[in-house]
Amino acid sequence: MKKILLSLLLLLSTVFASQFVAAAADLEVNTPAISAIKGSMQARHGQLGAHYASGAIGLTKDGLIAVRDANVVPLKDRAALNSAVAAENADRANLYKEIATANGHPEWQLEIQSTFAGRWIDKAQGGWYYQGASGWVQK
Amino acid sequence: MKNWITGLALACALPACVTINIYFPAAAAEKAADKIIDDVWQLKNGAEKPNVKAVEPASAPAK
Repeated sequence: MKKILLSLLLLLSTVFASQFVAAAADLEVNTPAISAIKGSMQARHGQLGAHYASGAIGLTKDGLIAVRDANVVPLKDRAALNSAVAAENADRANLYKEIATANGHPEWQLEIQSTFAGRWIDKAQGGWYYQGASGWVQK
Repeated sequence: MKNWITGLALACALPACVTINIYFPAAAAEKAADKIIDDVWQLKNGAEKPNVKAVEPASAPAK
């Protein structure tokens, strides 16, 4: 009986130790899915960069982007802008989901998203717009 | 017998503690976010903010 108890305890401590190590380590962000999303966002940034600077688009407080002032974009370019924003948001949502699942915790998706929200705004260039508590703010 | 029951109780209680301890690694998430944002926005000069504190409120403060 003692032997069974001992082995049970050993098993439990192993489980505990592995969980602890997993929690303490860095997040896994180098999966093929994450790299693909990153590549797509990097390529799109060439197009979106000018729109951040002009104030046409801004960073939302939930880690996505939105059209802020379509009037600064020529009418003929607005459809392209809208579809780029939609594609960017789809990539971002996917990115947050992929990071959560790559680390074995799909339930972390929202927390990852809100972490990113703060970091995007923090790293945004001066002059770009972001959503504050009560509307758009220029950095 | 009493020892055995205590052991069993402990064995049942331990997994509960483990479950509770699986917290969201906020600092690791910030680090991961920074790495990805640097890549996407191609912010190669990481010297701009070398010592970004991990402790930050969940919502962005007004700047």
